[in-house]
Amino acid sequence: MPFREAIRLAMQVIWAQKMKSTFSVIGVFIGVTFLIAVVSIIQGMNGYMTDRFASTLLGVNTFQLRRYPGIQMGDVSADTRREWRRRPRITYDDARAVTAGLSVPAITAWESTSRADIVYAGAVAKDIEIIGATEDYFRLKKWNLEQGRPFSPQEARAGMPVLVIGSELADRLFGSLDPIGREVKIRGNPYRIVGVVEPQGNLFGISLDKFAVAPALSAVKRLVNPPRVVDAVLVQAESIDDLRTAMADAEAVMRSRRGLRPAEENTFSLETSEAVLDFWSKINNVLMLALPLLVGVSVVVGGIVIMNIMLMAVAERTREIGIRKALGARRGDIMRQFLVESAALATVGAGLGIVTGLTAAGIVQATTFLPAKVAPWSIAVAVILGAGVGMTAGLYPASRAARLDPVEAMRQE
Amino acid sequence: MHDAIIIRLAGLTREYRMDAETVHALRGVDVEIRRNEYVAIMGPSGSGKSTLMNVVGCLDTPTAGEYWLNGVEVSAMDDDELARVRNREIGFVFQTFNLLPRASALHNVELPLIYAGVGARERHQQASRALERVGLGDRMHHKPNELSGGQRQRVAIARALVNAPSILLADEPTGNLDSATSAEIMDVFEQLQDQGQTIVMVTHEADIAARARRVITLLDGRVHSDTVREAA
Repeated sequence: MPFREAIRLAMQVIWAQKMKSTFSVIGVFIGVTFLIAVVSIIQGMNGYMTDRFASTLLGVNTFQLRRYPGIQMGDVSADTRREWRRRPRITYDDARAVTAGLSVPAITAWESTSRADIVYAGAVAKDIEIIGATEDYFRLKKWNLEQGRPFSPQEARAGMPVLVIGSELADRLFGSLDPIGREVKIRGNPYRIVGVVEPQGNLFGISLDKFAVAPALSAVKRLVNPPRVVDAVLVQAESIDDLRTAMADAEAVMRSRRGLRPAEENTFSLETSEAVLDFWSKINNVLMLALPLLVGVSVVVGGIVIMNIMLMAVAERTREIGIRKALGARRGDIMRQFLVESAALATVGAGLGIVTGLTAAGIVQATTFLPAKVAPWSIAVAVILGAGVGMTAGLYPASRAARLDPVEAMRQE
Repeated sequence: MHDAIIIRLAGLTREYRMDAETVHALRGVDVEIRRNEYVAIMGPSGSGKSTLMNVVGCLDTPTAGEYWLNGVEVSAMDDDELARVRNREIGFVFQTFNLLPRASALHNVELPLIYAGVGARERHQQASRALERVGLGDRMHHKPNELSGGQRQRVAIARALVNAPSILLADEPTGNLDSATSAEIMDVFEQLQDQGQTIVMVTHEADIAARARRVITLLDGRVHSDTVREAA
């Protein structure tokens, strides 16, 4: 029997027994749905972590010098936390020394943050992230301004009370009014708005556009940190190689300033987006390892169900098999007929699983901040998996059908 | 070519092992059947006529002896070769029709052509012609359960003839039909013989066997009598 004929026949049988077919493919269906949905979400997370999360928080080719890691990954023991809290803070002098000690071209900026209310006329924006920074902060963050300008080096050095704000904060405080030149108050100190940063979107559902940046030496310094201390020094190199050199330079400068002996650990942290991505890829690896296991279990169960259904089908259609053999069907013809039917059954199940998995990923995408990105390979895997499971599960029933004796088979009622 | 030998059975023996016992279904049958003969095989139950039918139909293989079909020894063939012979050389008509219940009359008739590897369009034409030949040109898309017993047997005859087989092999073809319908089917067989078809028919009904020109009677696995009726 030609292959096309076998497919047509299989589809007829599957369609004629819709109910039975539906139940028999449920295992494969669930496995594939799971595969597609989870892979889509992991892939989406992956893209998100690399494209947005790491670069938004830490920046590309950028490292941060901090007292202890700003992003803590995995379990941090209480002992480690105690050690972190005993570390000296990063001072203005540390920051200046690190900048001076770099042997490669780089952009550096200071960053210190706190949260406070911002008041304009009667309006109050509560609990806004207030950042004390130096003038290159905007360039380093790759923030373009949609209105006004960043503050100048002179304003930064003189600690002028000027403010660059996020677009959502601007909307909230001023609505349709032009924010530039307006005076707001933070903890009673007046600041003049000089610029608005264009929208940055959100991260895991948290807006990235509700912040205010003032020169580190302006009045915010009393808000964000003890005197002459910064949270972080940000250094952005031009390439990954330069970044490594710059990190080595910074490490050397800091170790020498703190008088650390070679055997002693760093009492500061140098953090890059690579570290975050490494951590993510570890989680990712665990998920990607667990996934085949979960999919495998449901698919194996599904395969066993299909095998039983096919054995039943062979038993029910013994007479048909006898007739076909009497009319000239060879063993191979009967074998092919049942293998194709089994494979088609499982592939239809996988197809439904793909559709449902994609829908599930789409729903997650639409209703949560989790981005879902469909991986074409997962669809290919699902189809091959479906057909493969069907073929494997059909092998035994099909060979039983093929070996039936035509005379015996036709005698069956 | 009119009296070329189509079937030659020589010392044909078939034994079945059933537990410890050996059943001798055929104990050395020697028969020759020529082209365009119309042969009825008779005998009481247990005489071996069903076994002979299965062996001649290549559904079963003899334990010993030779079976030559159209000059080819089929008694030594393997499973797949036998399937091919069934497909090309033999057209079966069964007592219980043995049609696929879910398939249309047309598709049932197409089945042997599918296994012969005939393309869809060609298959359709040949199957339609075969159905027209048995007077069912207007019932092609009916399912077996939408047809009467006589019509079902006609579908089976169309299916048996569609591959232009060397022999038409009928096993109690009227066993499930009333006498009027039986007579109709016998008329069809006679017409087929007139058109040159070789027919071998197993029956236990004497009046049905009487329609054939030659009657072979089996008893205890051996040929008991072999009589040729003079043409009327």
